Amino acid sequence: MTTAVNQAMVEKYKGNFLKEVTDNVEEGSWVKMCMQCGVCSGSCPLGPHWDHPPQELFMMIRANKREEVLSSTSMWMCTSCYNCVARCPRGLPITHIMHGLAHYSKRMGMKPKHQPTEQFGQMFWDNLTKKGRVNELKLGLGLYFKDGFAEGVKVSMGKQKLGLNMMKAKRMSPMEMLGGHGVKDLSGFHAMLKKAEELEAARVGENTDAK
Amino acid sequence: MAKHEYSYYPGCSSQKGASSSNLEKSVETLCEELDIKLNPIPDWNCCGASIGYAGGGELPRMTLSARNLALSEKHHPDQDVVATCAACWLNTREVQERLNHNPTLKAETNIALQSVKLEYKGNKKVRHMVEVLIEDIGYDVLGSKVKKPLEGLKIAGYVGCQTNRPFGIDGESFENPMYLDKMVETLGAEALTKYDKKVACCSGALMFSEPEKGQALVKDIIESAYDSGANMIVTPCPLCQANVEIYQDDINARYKTKFDMPVMYYSQLMDVAFGRSALDAALNGNIIQSKRLREIADK
Repeated sequence: MTTAVNQAMVEKYKGNFLKEVTDNVEEGSWVKMCMQCGVCSGSCPLGPHWDHPPQELFMMIRANKREEVLSSTSMWMCTSCYNCVARCPRGLPITHIMHGLAHYSKRMGMKPKHQPTEQFGQMFWDNLTKKGRVNELKLGLGLYFKDGFAEGVKVSMGKQKLGLNMMKAKRMSPMEMLGGHGVKDLSGFHAMLKKAEELEAARVGENTDAK
Repeated sequence: MAKHEYSYYPGCSSQKGASSSNLEKSVETLCEELDIKLNPIPDWNCCGASIGYAGGGELPRMTLSARNLALSEKHHPDQDVVATCAACWLNTREVQERLNHNPTLKAETNIALQSVKLEYKGNKKVRHMVEVLIEDIGYDVLGSKVKKPLEGLKIAGYVGCQTNRPFGIDGESFENPMYLDKMVETLGAEALTKYDKKVACCSGALMFSEPEKGQALVKDIIESAYDSGANMIVTPCPLCQANVEIYQDDINARYKTKFDMPVMYYSQLMDVAFGRSALDAALNGNIIQSKRLREIADK
């Protein structure tokens, strides 16, 4: 479902998706620098799995393919290996632009449905922000059970040996279910993130004000 | 007082009972040997890793690392920040660069940091443990500490992504960095310098969300090590270590392979070569054991 801010963005930037990306997407001002050489696409470890590899996304942004770009699964294929960044002859921070486009598509309510990396990434963020540090056990179990209880039991049974191996090696601890690691100044930590979220939302919101 | 002191950012996976607690233990031992003191940043938080962008916008993610940097500036003003985890190091260093180049982001970050009564200045040097070993300690000193050369080990040095790109280690290339091979040779083992998956991606966090695609990448990383004649892979990165080691059963089932390749940390090799026990080197923290390395440790 698209968001109110999405509607406002469509109205404000009508016909100029490149400007919208430049103004609102993390590192989006770099998109116009792409010269379509395709080194990024050829350097990506998951290259064959992208519907639209990075250089194609950049051209689609210029061609105002707003809906196709923002609802694409493509940016969710980024493993953050930085190979494209290291090789781009124009020095575009492609990894960050992919992260930025992915996050922006969520902000606009246009993320693809049932995209596993989108789902796992959100679980990861919720997990780390809850206590300030990642709880690996709860994250792993949450992932196994994301498609319901019955599916979760099946997946967990399949992963039993892996889990036992990790516990034997003391690299997974059942104690993490009971609280687990976290920051001491948790209320301050939460207030800090809330403030950062507010400031960012206000900045994006300002760009939707009718002028 | 220790000869070298640093403001240490351990990161989530190095905590007790977490997936790279063996890296943490082996680095502790290494620091004893090299007279290095790592002072943990008080009350540090997660850096957001590489996948945090799904839930966290740019500013909230920047604020995570800014809090750690501000805590380090406050408590360890004269010490460089050092991380052992590739993602922790990359995020911390990257956030500092980006905040220092963007006055709006920096100002907003500092407004958010008022909630925790901290101020971010941005004057820290953010370094990887490998840089400490190469630049502050040096290969000669590392070599002089070797009591038990790692003879008979043929090692594929798997540097991976985030220790190598976008920053990497000074003086090394992105496509073929040599420092891990040099470390291996310094310890008396054979470095397989032609190993062609040295800087390939292990799929990172997508191993969890896209296991088929992830395992296909790791299969190539292990296969190439066998093809090079390796009896061990060594890496500096906690996620590379986990991804390449712990899914070998799954990969064997999927591809009808018979992989049984140990994947160790550089710090574990150093501990053993410096004469420390298997326990001190946290060899029991590995799921696939190297018999040869254990023999040397127990010698």
